[in-house]
Amino acid sequence: MEVCGTHTVAISKNGLRSLLPPNIRLFSGPGCPVCVTPQAEIDASIELAKRPKTIITTFGDMIRVPGTRTSLEKEKAEGSDVRVVYSPLDCLDIAKKEPEKEIVFIGVGFETTSPAIAATVLKAKEEKAHNFSVIPAFKLIPPALQALTGAKDVRVDGFILPGHVSTIIGADAYGFLEIPGVIAGFEAEDILEAIRMIAKLIGARNRPPVQIQYKSVVKPEGNPAALKVLYEVFEPSDSNWRGIGTIKGSGLVFRDKYRDFDALKKFDVKMRSAKEPAGCSCGSILKGVKTPPECKLFGKKCTPEYPVGPCMVSSEGACSAYYKYGNN
Amino acid sequence: MAIIELSHGSGGNKARNIIKDIFISRFSNPILNILDDSACVEGDLAFTTDSFVVEPVFFPGGDIGKLSVCGTVNDLAMKGAKPLYLSASFIIEEGFEMDDLGKIASSMAKTAKEAGVLIVTGDTKVVDRRGGLKPAPQIYITTAGIGKIPKDIDVSSKNATPGDAIILSGTIADHGVSIMNARNDFGFKGDLKSDCASLNGIVEAFLSKDVRVLRDPTRGGLAASLNEIAKTSKVSIVIEEDKIPVLPQVKAACDLLGLDPLHVANEGKFVAFVRQSSADKALKKIKTHKLGKNASILGFVEKGATGVSIKTRVGSLRPLGMLEGEQLPRIC
Repeated sequence: MEVCGTHTVAISKNGLRSLLPPNIRLFSGPGCPVCVTPQAEIDASIELAKRPKTIITTFGDMIRVPGTRTSLEKEKAEGSDVRVVYSPLDCLDIAKKEPEKEIVFIGVGFETTSPAIAATVLKAKEEKAHNFSVIPAFKLIPPALQALTGAKDVRVDGFILPGHVSTIIGADAYGFLEIPGVIAGFEAEDILEAIRMIAKLIGARNRPPVQIQYKSVVKPEGNPAALKVLYEVFEPSDSNWRGIGTIKGSGLVFRDKYRDFDALKKFDVKMRSAKEPAGCSCGSILKGVKTPPECKLFGKKCTPEYPVGPCMVSSEGACSAYYKYGNN
Repeated sequence: MAIIELSHGSGGNKARNIIKDIFISRFSNPILNILDDSACVEGDLAFTTDSFVVEPVFFPGGDIGKLSVCGTVNDLAMKGAKPLYLSASFIIEEGFEMDDLGKIASSMAKTAKEAGVLIVTGDTKVVDRRGGLKPAPQIYITTAGIGKIPKDIDVSSKNATPGDAIILSGTIADHGVSIMNARNDFGFKGDLKSDCASLNGIVEAFLSKDVRVLRDPTRGGLAASLNEIAKTSKVSIVIEEDKIPVLPQVKAACDLLGLDPLHVANEGKFVAFVRQSSADKALKKIKTHKLGKNASILGFVEKGATGVSIKTRVGSLRPLGMLEGEQLPRIC
């Protein structure tokens, strides 16, 4: 299983599935941040976008994800102020330039992005940017993998582990894995090499813990400076993953010291339970139980133009990658 | 209630659907329905129009004025026509700096002169400052142009024929990436510059009756252009990833942002479908022109199901589709 959405895209784009022998099958995992964000959190972001004098800031993919009734993209066309930013620090510039408005950043992402957002919160505190807040919808990768390997319907023999996330958390963070895992880079050759390494590890005696293929950037200890900033601002908490359910300690919430920056508390946002779209298999796809073409909506009722589930919306989503690049 | 969203304007399927469902269904006529970059009227005249809304107005490698002349000149050149006359209409928001308007006009004059066209008519409208999301006052330019198609030249997206060689005139994605960098102030330090250029000179250098299709891959990038040609000509197009030139600094920026260069806009490149027997000669002529130094034969038109496929660097074959909606930078 390739855990990371960027790997899913690279595999599809390079047609790697068509180059593998029939006894090696690749399944996509839960590593697309937009995809694993539950419907209720998306609905909450959209609700905030409708608030007067509010600017919603987000990374690109998120604006197209359908909520229960609408999407941020549609709300933007209707007049809401929704802006795509490329760095969370851009939010602080906006906060300074438009002090009469509330800037709310949708904090979606894994350990790759959350440290930068934590750093932004530290800066906001220092600069007393009281009109800036974050919806904390972050997820942590290791608890999710732990939950996946324990799930009865998930039958995976090895993990292609995420390169970017591992740069932050380090190879040591996967010490709990009972099946082989290799941290891979993102070029076709990197992924093929990682697959070869995993194949060798399956059934091997005295199997070493996780191996690193992406040696140029991933260290066993990760990036301690980034982790320090991350856990200064946030602390782990249980978190709901779309399709998978609640996983213990797999999300991040604000520590008390920084609770003024928590948009959910600041605007008293209530999470309303929301139903997943009927017939959508995103949940099974995120667990690697199904591949996208096995979903009965895939390519028919659900296309990138008219997506039903988030895996078709995000450019990192497995359905989008299969649709765009084919089942090769 | 259905409303227009930004993604309806991105050159992908959503944009195609608006054109088909809203416009073609109402305007339908045999000249329009061909949907080439220019319409062919009165036998040998090519006629086209284009609007320019680029932000920022000034960017490395050009400005909205240069772009508005090149864009229309190129649409004419993509029909094999010699561009002759342009119109220019300006919609300007109140508050726009007079000096900037002067700079834009100078740039248009210079570009027109270099391309050998005259701007012979125009219009100016000033409107309220719309404010909102973009605090700086904006300017929008629409140009239209006519050109003359030489005798014996029949260039059209419907002419691709199995066996044709597909020539790309140079590196892709320079324009789109440079604009994104300028717009968002990413601070990428490499030499990122728009490729914005008039293509009529280079087209004239190799145009012959063996040139069947010309297309400048603007919005939607190379992938959209090839898909449109495959669909219109009902042919199979197979290209090789290795043969597509991308500048290292552009590739690095695309990797960082999660963009696929194949879907990123260009403003000074073209693809030419040329009868195979003349392809080497055409490529040689293209390569001697200053805008065609990095030209290469990307692949060929083949017999088979309508569509575009790409042979990847590692030897697999995958479909190359069109972009759906706006290409957005990834999260991680």
